[in-house]
Amino acid sequence: MPHELTKPASLTVAVLLSVGRHPVTGRARRADQDARGLELALSLSAARIELVHAGPFDDACEASMRGYLGMSSGYTETGADSVTLVEQPSQADVLPALSHALSESLAPQLVIAGERTEQGEGSGMLPYQLSESLGWPIVGGIVAVEAVDEGVATLLQALPRGQRRRLSVRLPAIITVNATATSPRQSAFGPARRGTLAVVEQPAVHDEAQDEWHVEPARKRPKRLKIVKSTSARERFKAAAAKSDGGGGQVLTDVTPDEGAAAIHKLLKEEGVLR
Amino acid sequence: MLDTLLPILIFVALALAAIGAWRRIRLWRQGRPSPVPFFRGLAAVPRRYLVDLHHVVARDKVMSNTHVATAGGFVLAAVLMILVHGLNLAEGVLGWPLLAASAVMFGGSLFVMRRRRNPPARLSRGPWMRLPWSLMAFSLGVLLATLPTVGILPQDAGSWVLAATLTLLVAWGIAELFLGMTWGGPMKHAFAGALHLAFHRRPERFSSRSGGEGRSTGLKALDLDDEQAPLGVQTPSDFTWNQLLGFDACVQCGRCEAVCPAFAAGQPLNPKKLIQDMVVGMAGGTDAGYHGSPYPDRPIGEHRGDPQGPIVAQAGQTLVDADTLWSCTTCRACVEECPMMIEHVDAIVDMRRFLTLEQGSTPNKGAEVIDNLIATDNPGGFDPGSRMHWAADLDLSLMRDVGQAEVLLWLGDGVFDMRNQRTLRALIKVLRAARVDFAVLGDEERDSGDVARRLGDEATFQSLAKRNIATLSQYRFQRIVTCDPHSFHVLRNEYGELGGHYTVSHHSTYIAELYDAGRLQFTSWKRGTVTYHDPCYLGRYNGEYEAPRHVLKALGIDVAEMTRSGHRSRCCGGGGAAAITDIPGKQRIPDMRMNDVRETGADLVAVGCPQCTAMLEGVVDSPADVRDIAEFAADALVVESSSDAVPPTVSDNASSSQEVVS
Repeated sequence: MPHELTKPASLTVAVLLSVGRHPVTGRARRADQDARGLELALSLSAARIELVHAGPFDDACEASMRGYLGMSSGYTETGADSVTLVEQPSQADVLPALSHALSESLAPQLVIAGERTEQGEGSGMLPYQLSESLGWPIVGGIVAVEAVDEGVATLLQALPRGQRRRLSVRLPAIITVNATATSPRQSAFGPARRGTLAVVEQPAVHDEAQDEWHVEPARKRPKRLKIVKSTSARERFKAAAAKSDGGGGQVLTDVTPDEGAAAIHKLLKEEGVLR
Repeated sequence: MLDTLLPILIFVALALAAIGAWRRIRLWRQGRPSPVPFFRGLAAVPRRYLVDLHHVVARDKVMSNTHVATAGGFVLAAVLMILVHGLNLAEGVLGWPLLAASAVMFGGSLFVMRRRRNPPARLSRGPWMRLPWSLMAFSLGVLLATLPTVGILPQDAGSWVLAATLTLLVAWGIAELFLGMTWGGPMKHAFAGALHLAFHRRPERFSSRSGGEGRSTGLKALDLDDEQAPLGVQTPSDFTWNQLLGFDACVQCGRCEAVCPAFAAGQPLNPKKLIQDMVVGMAGGTDAGYHGSPYPDRPIGEHRGDPQGPIVAQAGQTLVDADTLWSCTTCRACVEECPMMIEHVDAIVDMRRFLTLEQGSTPNKGAEVIDNLIATDNPGGFDPGSRMHWAADLDLSLMRDVGQAEVLLWLGDGVFDMRNQRTLRALIKVLRAARVDFAVLGDEERDSGDVARRLGDEATFQSLAKRNIATLSQYRFQRIVTCDPHSFHVLRNEYGELGGHYTVSHHSTYIAELYDAGRLQFTSWKRGTVTYHDPCYLGRYNGEYEAPRHVLKALGIDVAEMTRSGHRSRCCGGGGAAAITDIPGKQRIPDMRMNDVRETGADLVAVGCPQCTAMLEGVVDSPADVRDIAEFAADALVVESSSDAVPPTVSDNASSSQEVVS
């Protein structure tokens, strides 16, 4: 495989897409994080892009998928103008079907996903479960794929306070996109309308855990009002521009896994997470 | 000798001109088809020229008379010259009018010469500078050559040297005036212009003998059901053929440039240059042959295009920069001033449509606004369920509850804007004082689609419009009243094509009517000087210049008019989504408008548009306060007694209503 990567379009990237939900009106839309994932994929030159969605094929799904397809203007030769729609009933666990589609038919070297969906379970677990089921490494919080060379991808990972860490990972791998990655380009009507949805049938596995769940709209929690004590514009500006009070914390480099684990354990105890 | 040379000269020139015409027509025919009534169009040319076109030209009296003398003299002289010198028909009789025609034309060309001595910046130079000489050569040549014909001079007067000189003179004139007409040159405007009048894409914009209004300002809808139909204009050949013809008719007088707010603000737009770039694109080549003002800060010679190439190229040399297209405020000042009846705004929106619908490259906040319109039906992304929060205490009747009302009050997206809420409250106070039976759509109202359409997003416009039309069709009302000229224009002129036909009034019109019907009484105005700013979408788009002034007059206000008012009003800079795309320039358009206000010495600007209010109130160190017509009216209301002012339908909410009217 490494020598193949020198040829154009030898890198296949799968972008996992979910049906988004607008926070104010609840209308179906392209999910923001998945759209960032697609934006990341489009930034990779000479990559073949496979758009994948698993779930029920309904109006909301179509509206949302067309939202992603609308980003494919000028990228039709990469394959970004077609979504592979692994059709699954709404009560199904999409993991086996998705895992099968990725490993058997699409065979990507890189899978890009958002960190969590905008509706449904939204647990953010899917990429990890996929990683477990496919046996591929997963890296979270990615903002850029800088290079893919000899089967190794150089990734840029977002850390708190705008810090970035460069990582290398052997492909195939799964990455999740950080919310600070490049914001997605505009979705245009023309390419959205022309794009195709290729429906693929996969046996459905009923999600038994979900049957026991009771789902209800989230309750609105009271919000603490921001009390502005400053009297002058200068003070307000200083307050707005100030760095948040972190202070604590430490960056551990060149430590053994045991030392690292011990440090995390100590912190969790201090914070009262572990007792 | 002249007797032999002149017929040859004339008929060779006519033949060459015919070939040129054929080539020119082929250039236009590269465009998309657009059916026109061929013979009816041609038959309408004289009226459209003498009435509609002349109406525009006559705003500049000197130029208008110059043109009448030169063009009228030329047309007559040319026809008579072909008869007299070409065919040798009735020389003795027709020679005299030919003499007179060429003399008139010569007189006109002297004025053209005078104008060219120190031409204003808006005029193009280059080949246009030789035009007066060519006009003189032709008129003088024909005049002299006709003298022997009518017997003033003997047939063999002068030597062969004189005859040869005369022939050269006439040849030069004929080359400029006959060949230049179809092969390209300053006189091209006459040939293309006449056909443009005949086959105009908006025939309804011309007045008719029966007294038609002669206004056509609504944008034309894209056919979104046909998946093969192109979405907007990518290449010059994507325009319809009669749009291309229209571009070719441009006479480069620069009246558009002189009134364009974006050009004055130093944004990269010049309507004249844009039209010339379209001509360059249609014929293929670079803009190096353009001799007028450039787009501010964009040198000439760097743009190139061809009929099948993209107008806005994503890489390399481009015909037009995207910034140029997004600078336009769609104020229609250029269209209003254009003596050749060119539709600049249509062309700009056509090109924007491609950028938004196909390329997805709406600049700055444009994409976000479109996303908001799709997801929340308003450009700000507000909860559509919070549309009526501003009126929580007003107890407005909702159409959903009452089903019918005399007036449907269209509130517009100003409901989310605290400044506009004051205007709306004032308007409701006025309506209640006049005991108008009105209702609102409340949360069922959506954005009218104006912003989406000007951003080129025809799909979102049509989606919003169709849903609004479906909502409106459930209720009965006699007319829609709105304080937003943009909603007013869209509801009145652009919903029709999608099946929504309504009687729509701007609130100033409605208040004027209520006043005239004796349903409103005003105390007289005592404070300060007031000027009035005409909103583009009320004035130029809909011809309503009088009603707002009538309301102000009813209040006893003597409006101190700005130099640029009425149909020449300068845009506030907020139309056409220009405030959203926000293309940088050297100064801001609203600042320029406030300077116009400053010149009048007014302390208050009366406006009739939420967008104008926002733009003008955003001016720093403003010399004047901004107030809506509705606020003027509400402040001056004389209410007989509070209890009477409570609308008859509301009985148990007297206290809240009183609060509003008191």
